[in-house]
Amino acid sequence: MELLSGADMLIRSLQDEGIEYIYGYPGGAALHIYDALFRQDKVKHILVRHEQAAVHMADGYARATGKPGTVLVTSGPGATNTITGIATAFMDSIPMVVLCGQVASTLIGEDAFQETDMIGVSRPVVKHNLSVRHPEEIPEVIRKAYYIASTGRPGPVVVDIPKDMTTPNERYEYVFPKKIKLRSYNPAIRGHAGQIKKAVDMLLAAKRPIIYAGGGVILGKASGQLTELVRMLGHPITNTLMGIGCYPASDKQHLGWLGMHGTYESNMAMHHSDLILCVGARFDDRVTNATEKFCPGARIVHIDIDPASISKTIDADVPIVGPVDAVLKEMITLVKESKEKPDADALASWWRQIEEWRAFHGMRYETSPDVIKPQEVIETLCRLTKGEAFVTSDVGQHQMFAAQYYKFDKPNRWINSGGLGTMGFGLPAAMGVKLTHPDDEVLCITGEGSIQMNIQELSTCNQYNLPVKIINLNNQALGMVKQWQDMNYESRHSQSYMESLPDFIKLAEAYGHVGVRIDRKEDLETKLKEVLAMKDKLVFVDIYVDRFEHVYPMQVARGSMKDMWLSKTERV
Amino acid sequence: MRRIISVLLENEPGALSRVVGLFSQRNYNIETLTVAPTEDETLSRLTVTTTGSDKVIEQITKQLNKLIEVVKLVDLTEGSHIERELMLVKLKATGSQRAEIKRTVDIFRGQIVDVTSSVYTVQLAGDSDKLDGFIQAVGTSGVLEVVRTGVSGIARGEKVLSL
Repeated sequence: MELLSGADMLIRSLQDEGIEYIYGYPGGAALHIYDALFRQDKVKHILVRHEQAAVHMADGYARATGKPGTVLVTSGPGATNTITGIATAFMDSIPMVVLCGQVASTLIGEDAFQETDMIGVSRPVVKHNLSVRHPEEIPEVIRKAYYIASTGRPGPVVVDIPKDMTTPNERYEYVFPKKIKLRSYNPAIRGHAGQIKKAVDMLLAAKRPIIYAGGGVILGKASGQLTELVRMLGHPITNTLMGIGCYPASDKQHLGWLGMHGTYESNMAMHHSDLILCVGARFDDRVTNATEKFCPGARIVHIDIDPASISKTIDADVPIVGPVDAVLKEMITLVKESKEKPDADALASWWRQIEEWRAFHGMRYETSPDVIKPQEVIETLCRLTKGEAFVTSDVGQHQMFAAQYYKFDKPNRWINSGGLGTMGFGLPAAMGVKLTHPDDEVLCITGEGSIQMNIQELSTCNQYNLPVKIINLNNQALGMVKQWQDMNYESRHSQSYMESLPDFIKLAEAYGHVGVRIDRKEDLETKLKEVLAMKDKLVFVDIYVDRFEHVYPMQVARGSMKDMWLSKTERV
Repeated sequence: MRRIISVLLENEPGALSRVVGLFSQRNYNIETLTVAPTEDETLSRLTVTTTGSDKVIEQITKQLNKLIEVVKLVDLTEGSHIERELMLVKLKATGSQRAEIKRTVDIFRGQIVDVTSSVYTVQLAGDSDKLDGFIQAVGTSGVLEVVRTGVSGIARGEKVLSL
């Protein structure tokens, strides 16, 4: 029988759970845990400079590897600083466990120093939260936390640990549970066979079908099955911002992503389709535009692990609750066995129409002889990195340009805060990726507004030698805010101008990194090549881009999928 | 439409606040809410009455089911069911009012459970309409205090909500 203190049990449980990295920041209520961490070397701890960044780091790690991230912070401000990060992970269904110190159980409710009701504060933005009530429970609580975080529709789980649960001289028997079973939590393991059959019949009979895939395909590790099914059927496929990479962007059946800033052809094809197969997406408002005008002629098949995502905003004709990989696998088998074949004539004429749409806009933008266009920067990066880099982004115009012009052929490589839209996400997320992918190129595409929201992490990058490349599309304004002000507020640029920008080159140097400024168009490619050649250096690339550029296409507010602005003057 | 949703919940600290939090977070309406442990001490039974379109009610039941601590739930209004609410009312009762109140209480099959020289305390059980009807019958001017438990409900016949 092995006797361990609560703190040692916690660390041992993490080891037994197979956790490689913890991102965190110490403080009073977590000190017993930090001491236990010090006395072992299996679980590595990364010390950030702000707790929010620890959560985004864990999040970046989770998105790139598909494994749950782990965060450790102290009570009170340490815990509340994680909230934005947790909410970010919650909106995008990212598996994560956030371990929070808490004041001793005897002090809870007494407004003790650094006391916050973290269970209460985090409740609306977690999949679940747990609090430790006896040290002996710790292994089971930890096992449960990872089980809940990473199964079904994944999400963040907070564990609140009062300081007296980790007291060093109180030891208990350590038993790590092999299996966890919860009577009230049983995520579906397969879809309903009858519904799947019905869906396949509809797919084979469709004349103007489209497949609409989301982040669920990536989270459910179902890119392979999706690609196989799409190729077998010969249908066009679009995906959401969160689904980028779930199907190869360079493939001819791929129409690009859809929604507010999606491609002309994907939005047009959605609007005119007669059947939408939605795989692991949730018809959110940045995709559908006005729901009452959404795809008037389409019947809808919706596959999702979360029943609450089905018929939430758009009613499904055939709902299928189940893991996307298992459901797609069954669909593939049924399509193979079926005597019915896709309607070749109908599909051929559907594709002719789609190709016309594709040719009509083709993601064109106006170039200029001397000003650097943000789109050009992304296209150049994509070419120089052969589309193979991991790309994280912050939120705004640069995020949309990155998603539009970098072509991802693989899942888990496009990493952004899609649901919550969190500025400050990009740099720490890139660090989380780089840590576990040291040989891969990791780009953080950002803007001068977003990067300043977690810029202190340049210090962490120095400590752990994380040579990410920060691509700052500097338009000296909060670009997306400014774009909306141009379009809806007669160009009254209320608070969207970034005055007094720091000298980012000196700032990077102050943190021990390299800074490169690019402000002439003719330097763009050569300097970017030089930057990418500095394999072992973090390089902050400050690129002065066109200050007046807008992101297009852009759906017209309260319109249907097909109502779009294609440039500052063209509206369809 | 008004619905009565009955929920079996893990009897753990914080479970109730998740249910209540869900309603406010997602802008759902709670009219009444009752909760108490069951014969199985690990489970609580919670009854919530709410209103909303069929689409909203479908979301409410799905979102409730998503809460880790919700074990099972049923929308009682989908089938035939019995609903009861208990009310205690303190009424001004002097002079001729005393006999009149006593008669009304009898008609509604309630009981006077406490008496002073100027006040009757009446206990009444039934569905919510009946309780409203009683208040209307005695007239709001004589009502000093009302306390209602909120609705509890159970399905008719063989159907049971259990593990």
